[in-house]
Amino acid sequence: MRRNECIAMLLAGGEGRRLGVLTKDLAKPAVHFGGKYRIIDFTLSNCVHSGIDTVGVLTQYQPLVLNRYLGIGSPWGLDRKEGGMHVLPPYVRSKGGTWYKGTANAIYQNIGFIERYEPEFVLVISGDHIYKMDYGLMLEAHKRNRADATIAVITVPWRDASRFGILTADESGRVVEFAEKPKKPASNLASMGVYVFSWPALREELIRDEADKSSSNDFGKDIIPRMLRDGARLYSYRFEGYWKDVGTIESLWQANMDLLDDRADLRLNDPAWRIFSVNPNQPAHYAAAGAHVTGSLVNEGCLIRGTVNRSVLFHGVTVGEGSFVEDSVLMPGAVVGAGARVVRAIIGEEAVIEDGCRVGSADSDEIAVVGSGETYRDENRLKEAKTV
Amino acid sequence: MNLPMLGVINLIHETDEMGGLTAGRCLATVPFGGRYRLIDFALSSMVNSGIPKAAIFAHTKFRSLMDHVGSGKSWDLHRKGRGLFVLPPSMEDQTDFGKGDLYHFYRHRDYFTRSEPFEYVAITRSHMVCNVDFARVLEDHRQRGADITVVCKRSPEPVAGLARRVKVNEAGRITEMQEHYGRLSSDVISMEMYVLSKELLLDLVESSLAKGQDHLVRHAVLSSLGTLKVNAYLHEGWLGIVNNVAGYYRHNMELLQPEVWQELFFRNGPIFTKVKDEPPTRYRPGADVSDSLVANGCDIEGTVRNSILFRGVKVRKGAVVENCIVMQNGVVGENGSLTNCILDKEVEIRPMQHLRGAEEMPFLAVKRKVI
Repeated sequence: MRRNECIAMLLAGGEGRRLGVLTKDLAKPAVHFGGKYRIIDFTLSNCVHSGIDTVGVLTQYQPLVLNRYLGIGSPWGLDRKEGGMHVLPPYVRSKGGTWYKGTANAIYQNIGFIERYEPEFVLVISGDHIYKMDYGLMLEAHKRNRADATIAVITVPWRDASRFGILTADESGRVVEFAEKPKKPASNLASMGVYVFSWPALREELIRDEADKSSSNDFGKDIIPRMLRDGARLYSYRFEGYWKDVGTIESLWQANMDLLDDRADLRLNDPAWRIFSVNPNQPAHYAAAGAHVTGSLVNEGCLIRGTVNRSVLFHGVTVGEGSFVEDSVLMPGAVVGAGARVVRAIIGEEAVIEDGCRVGSADSDEIAVVGSGETYRDENRLKEAKTV
Repeated sequence: MNLPMLGVINLIHETDEMGGLTAGRCLATVPFGGRYRLIDFALSSMVNSGIPKAAIFAHTKFRSLMDHVGSGKSWDLHRKGRGLFVLPPSMEDQTDFGKGDLYHFYRHRDYFTRSEPFEYVAITRSHMVCNVDFARVLEDHRQRGADITVVCKRSPEPVAGLARRVKVNEAGRITEMQEHYGRLSSDVISMEMYVLSKELLLDLVESSLAKGQDHLVRHAVLSSLGTLKVNAYLHEGWLGIVNNVAGYYRHNMELLQPEVWQELFFRNGPIFTKVKDEPPTRYRPGADVSDSLVANGCDIEGTVRNSILFRGVKVRKGAVVENCIVMQNGVVGENGSLTNCILDKEVEIRPMQHLRGAEEMPFLAVKRKVI
């Protein structure tokens, strides 16, 4: 087996419970984003562009859609003779087997996988976040600091700081304090859930963590605090750029809207950093006579006869004659009939909004959601959808 | 399900009057329909019909072809023992280039003899844009006990592209066939798709060459009309004949009819092409697009009407694009206007430029031109 300097372990088992009907049948990394992608495309593409060609994808919750989507990794160029992408679900051993008990336990259960590649470093990332990042630069910093672990951090607004794992670092970037979702944050440097570990150090920590029966086997709650207590060389790595955890309906909607805003700094049309995804083989989209499309992202295979403002349309979406779509996200194959009105809404995959229906409202604080495959007929259904 | 049929896309001496559009590429790789190359339609039809093994008989200017088809993966033709075979001419000296396609069929005969379980062959060209189900053609071929089945299209209106006309009797048998410049009056045209048994094909190849005849259709098929049962299979779906500029323009524009768009791209399965990983198209505030086909990766700030934009086209603020075909990565500068134009790949129209072609004969800008 060829020796790899650094391999990636991508945590893709997230339930995404706060995404409601959108994660009913699929894991959070498989949720559609940005008109043609699924969330996991961003981290997988980051790996490829960072020169990491061995990626273990740890799946657990509702893996069917994700497994089918990932295949053998071809769309990301990860179908390789050596290394490449491997989907790693929990498995049964001779002495039984268990679900992944936590993020750290997921890696612990795959120590055997990692050792086959004899890596010096292991990158641990999560398939839940939207960002473009060169992990190679972070790895360089890790090596320069002779660190045991390096944690990528991003500056967040102070008011949001208590939602994240918050780090305090000294001038050299060495971590002096770490608190998971602190009530009174000591800094506004949030952990992005992107870690580079020196493999021998991580291996030892994983084994110790597993032996600790009181541990919740989580990187943020257990591994990092313990390493800090023990005086391990923990460094922070500052990331500048767009990063978003799309954990809620609101943040998923907002991240999609960010793509329509040049100030948000998430540029998809970057030939040097393409986000790869499974191609659905759809023809060029068709804007009919009478269509009005402005300030929007539209993918292939769409058929637009109505008005679309500030919205994101995935492949194969139909917008009927006289319909009005604004500030909305329409997932693959969604159908908006004629004379319908969709405002501030997320319409799930292959959902149907029948002729003349109204979904969402510009005055509402909440984002209206219609689940995948649902048919939306009358006003009552809107109320149901809104409470999700 | 797999058909017991081999595919051949025959690019040898394909009728090409495309002018500047084929200056640096073969007809098969002329961009079409916003994100495709002509050959995608024949290849996808074969794949969607269940033909598991297809060869492209390349002839000239095939660098762009090799680049486009690669291993055949985009068409799901990257397979063990089957899949895609790109066969450039195998020649002993330069003069072999001029020889007819049968000579090259003969040189490529291993492709046929090594494909044991396949009883039938479907031969096509690349310039007939359609989505044909070869399973139905084969069924018709077997049911009617034909020796050769020619896929044809009834076209009461004059066609823009160049095509052979055929005369069909009540029994559906072809009694006469003429080159595109012939005077035969018939509303049936040949789509240059032939289904026949592998055995008969190899027989025709060898016996025709032995008689000094080296063209598949002009010699082998035409001279067999009286002796073999050559049937017409009438294709019901849309057809675009794309081998001259007028045909190229007209048939592209026909895709702007939603019925044609639906039929060609969805009815018999998808049309596959090389994946480019372009993001969805960005419509900026102020964009005004109607009656148009737009591929991914475009960035539109201006006005686009009755046009086709390929992948990665930029239409800047105040620009107006009307009745145009703008190929990959074209740029239309601020406040410019384009009417009845075809821009080949990577053409840049500088700000404030106004270009206008005639309706019947669009203005054609060759690849990478800056105007």
